[in-house]
Amino acid sequence: MNEKFDAIVVGAGPSGNAAAYTMAKAGLKVLQLERGEYPGSKNVQGAILYSDALEKVIPDFRDDAPLERHIIEQRMWMLDETSYVGMQYRSEDFNEEKPNRYTIIRAQFDKWFSQRVREAGAIVLCETTVTDLIRDSRGKVIGVRTDRIDGDLLADVVVLGEGVNGLVGQTAGLRAELKPNNVALAVKEMHFLPQEVVESRFNLKGDEGVVIEAMGTVSAGMSGLGFIYTNKESLSIGIGSLVSDFSETGATPYGMLEAFKNHPSVKPLLAGSEVKEYSAHLIPEGGYKAIPEVYGDGWVIVGDAGQFVNSVHREGSNMAMTTGLLAGLTIARLHRMREDFSRANLAAYKQALDESYVMKDLKKYKDIPSFIHRNSKTILGVYPRLLGQAAQNWFRVDGTDKRTKEKEILASFRKGRSLTGLIGDAFKFARAWR
Amino acid sequence: MTTTEPVSAPVVKVEGKLYTNRYLVDAGHPHIKVKPHDKPSKALLSLTHTCPAGCYSLNDKGHVEIAVDGCLECGTCRVVCAATGDIEWSYPRGGFGVLFKFG
Repeated sequence: MNEKFDAIVVGAGPSGNAAAYTMAKAGLKVLQLERGEYPGSKNVQGAILYSDALEKVIPDFRDDAPLERHIIEQRMWMLDETSYVGMQYRSEDFNEEKPNRYTIIRAQFDKWFSQRVREAGAIVLCETTVTDLIRDSRGKVIGVRTDRIDGDLLADVVVLGEGVNGLVGQTAGLRAELKPNNVALAVKEMHFLPQEVVESRFNLKGDEGVVIEAMGTVSAGMSGLGFIYTNKESLSIGIGSLVSDFSETGATPYGMLEAFKNHPSVKPLLAGSEVKEYSAHLIPEGGYKAIPEVYGDGWVIVGDAGQFVNSVHREGSNMAMTTGLLAGLTIARLHRMREDFSRANLAAYKQALDESYVMKDLKKYKDIPSFIHRNSKTILGVYPRLLGQAAQNWFRVDGTDKRTKEKEILASFRKGRSLTGLIGDAFKFARAWR
Repeated sequence: MTTTEPVSAPVVKVEGKLYTNRYLVDAGHPHIKVKPHDKPSKALLSLTHTCPAGCYSLNDKGHVEIAVDGCLECGTCRVVCAATGDIEWSYPRGGFGVLFKFG
């Protein structure tokens, strides 16, 4: 291919698609490269779709996007080996004309998004792995090298939406290697059940859906963050922990998943299901402090490749689409004004990020990742167990008077975590949260 | 008040999980290679339990081996061994490797 493009987008996930769509809509000549057989075939997510972020790219997405269920109920569980202490919120208000969150199946959703990208005028080339960036003599990025024969492709600007495990940015020296304590590994299974079983098991009608987020110990001291999402006729169930936790403890990811699936509160939800896929994926968890340089001469980084994940709120795909949109808008504006894609001009992308919820939220929680890394055993291990024991003591009617029960509960917290530990945790957490 | 001691987790085999997946194996072109070693580093050895697809195993010579056919392309091994340089990691050639039906 000898023609030169206005922009090349590496990767066809949410960030790359948002960028490619935005630029193609604005009339740029866009080439998008994807290493999978089809867009989505290499992509893994829970998955929750956040409407607001997609609406800003494709306002009418609800007309034909493959959506599973809109979320009307959120359950949050603190697990110990036999119990959970939970909080849940369910509201009829979430049965609205334009629901706020949906469950999706990424392979199907990404195919749909990619079709929209094509309709907007971009060329999408699959089964093509980008191996490096091409630079001119002054170091400006002017294209990409691929694994195709005569695979050098040129463009005025390159958008890297290559995902958390993207190699191009690292090979080209644009960003540092991921660190085992800054990235989580999650594994997931797709469990199929008849639609009416999903609905009766989760108390749902029509397209209503439930999200369960679980944290705590599942068994043998394995601590992780788990989830169960209801799809139309399947459940997505997964669990993850920091890569450093796995490599240092000897726990296996699939062992943790099995322990979660066999938890007495989870097992009945899955009964009789047929498993049709097992997947694994990394999640950037480093937050604000792990964000690399996201622009330079002839290039920008969007989505997970730029570590844009709010691990506290489990938001990532929305940030992927928003960063893709803002990069796309910045590039389209420079193109229209016939400006070049120098580092100085592309700084407008970073400025747009800073003014958006993306950087504001990540900055707010900048100390949370290190707080969690330092205290993960207490947060995921000690507290869920203490809370579970306290709840059991409180609710079990056994002839013990309530004042004695109060004393026992207080004593168990002092014993489990000590008074200074409790106060210290609260103080450190408050400081990291503010 | 009753307390429950943690029970040890049953040994879970991952092979059964991988059977549900679709792969297009690039025969003769493994995308991950373990560099020759006398004794595996701690990081390399940890891959025998950290890899979510169970691709890594210890052979009878005490060397860590890899069989990439079941690889889920998550990158965990690359991150774990980035500092030690025990493995060479690249993506499979375009179109090859795991094909997620659902993702």
